[in-house]
Amino acid sequence: MKEQDTALEFQKNSQVKETFRRLARNRGAMIGIVILSILLLLALSADLLFDYETMVEANNVSQRLLPPCWEHPFGTDQFGRDMLARVVHGSRLSLTVAACSVTLSLLAGGLLGAVSGYFGGVVDNVIMRFMDVVMAIPMTMFAIVIVAALGTSTVNLIIALGIASVPLFARVVRSAVLTVRDVEYIEAARAIGAKHSTIILRHILPNCMAPIIVQVTLRMASAIYNTAALSFLGMGVSVPSPEWGALLSNGRNFISQSGYLCVIPGLAIMLTVLSLNMLGDGLRDALDPRLK
Amino acid sequence: MVKYIAKRVLMMIPVLLGVILLVFFIMNLASGNAVLLILGENATEEAVAVKTRELGLDRPILVRYAAYVADLVRGDMGTSYFSSRSVAEEVLSRFPATLKLAVVSAIISTLLAIPLGIFAAVRQNTLFDNFSMILSLVGNSMPAFWLALMLMMLFAEKLGWLPAQGMNNGWRSYVLPAVSIGFINMAAIARTTRSTMLETVRQDYIRTARAKGVDEEAVVMDHAFPNALIPTITVIGVQFGNLLGGAILVETVFAWPGLGRLMVQSVNNRDVPLVLGCIVILSISYSVVNLLVDLVYGFVDPRVRSMYK
Repeated sequence: MKEQDTALEFQKNSQVKETFRRLARNRGAMIGIVILSILLLLALSADLLFDYETMVEANNVSQRLLPPCWEHPFGTDQFGRDMLARVVHGSRLSLTVAACSVTLSLLAGGLLGAVSGYFGGVVDNVIMRFMDVVMAIPMTMFAIVIVAALGTSTVNLIIALGIASVPLFARVVRSAVLTVRDVEYIEAARAIGAKHSTIILRHILPNCMAPIIVQVTLRMASAIYNTAALSFLGMGVSVPSPEWGALLSNGRNFISQSGYLCVIPGLAIMLTVLSLNMLGDGLRDALDPRLK
Repeated sequence: MVKYIAKRVLMMIPVLLGVILLVFFIMNLASGNAVLLILGENATEEAVAVKTRELGLDRPILVRYAAYVADLVRGDMGTSYFSSRSVAEEVLSRFPATLKLAVVSAIISTLLAIPLGIFAAVRQNTLFDNFSMILSLVGNSMPAFWLALMLMMLFAEKLGWLPAQGMNNGWRSYVLPAVSIGFINMAAIARTTRSTMLETVRQDYIRTARAKGVDEEAVVMDHAFPNALIPTITVIGVQFGNLLGGAILVETVFAWPGLGRLMVQSVNNRDVPLVLGCIVILSISYSVVNLLVDLVYGFVDPRVRSMYK
């Protein structure tokens, strides 16, 4: 028994190690990880670098609309606030909103997909037809409708983005579950009388993590984009907060004289989405068993 | 073929009914505010009650849903809460602008993406390949509305070559919005074309063609490309569908008088019938695009065509 455990342990480790090894060889994925780490580090230390009250919120009339210079590398906005400080603090908002909404859709979509794939039949049909309906509405538009109904706030934005991408997770998890549902060890678990919930949570889900991890990374990228998009339309994080989309929407008013107000937040969005996409693509290649 | 199309059209109906029901329920959460928005925050209770009755909001939601669907079948989508114009009229007057923009940018992106994808695949791992893949990765990660702002800043504000807003300047008004959407879509199409071309050129029949001395251009264009078309068409279709609904932001940036902007305005006004109208039209066109894509498969691939019978 002991021996078997170590053998299993060994196999588990080597699979994770193998994935990491392949990921480390992928140049794009590594660049993505480096950029993401820097962004995360900046987001985590935002309060240490720039004081929120004095640098992000407080107006400074004498420094209005300064183009990028030594003192303000990203320039200042129409209230004399330092754009570097605002963009760095904005990364917290974007990353938090994206992470929360992806978690929400992962939990809801994962549950629906797992139940749908595991039980099949009528349950599967009802859930997946409902998902088809949600998917027939373009995602950004669906999120807008939800925000409109619930009201504009950061929490509602998270809910809206979360709900809008539930079907994507449900589909991925369902098809992953279908591939392992009828394997012998599941049958064995059923034979010894394991509960459905135990089988799904302990035996099925851990064996279909690969596509889920890839999907989470790629969905994070699209959540960052959609957070910015809705805030840009004034339906997301509200104006005084330095969310990237809100910064862009503000910068739009000064596009002819102070273009940098538009350039910089957009670059921040693009860099984040780009690094997540590169990491996601790399993970997909590293986790794809067909390449073994 | 006709039978197949009829079946597909029939299958659209339940999905559409579901879409309307879902949006009905979601917008219902906001309907209380709608009356207050129309009448103003200080409206008396009686006035609110009268208006609620007038708009039919006092009836149960399922009754309203059934009535809406019954009207919809007759082409009546209700009346806007604000402009008091017919929703069908309003929505259909805005739809052509969105459709034209979608078609122009789809043409731009396809014409650029397919040669780019083919060349990148044929010259795999060369400088050109790397360059085009970096270009498409960047395009894939760039928010279209940001690109729109950047193009507007450069070509409209700084250089003054092209109009910044609206669609009153003939072809010149199309350039910036169509290019900003088209570039983003080009990225996705080029990527798919490249990867399917790479898979196709490794097939045995390509080796056979080369072995019997067919020249390389004919191998690529006559033997490989048609067989790599299906995934490319899928992506073009998906992108086109997204364009219809996803052009909201670019339409907002360029003040383009399309459905996307109408939708944003009506959402802000809690104008439920107008929001529903926009979504119904967009969902129908989305499904129609998907149907067309499936029919195009049959057109390019005889194997698929034989399945339609």
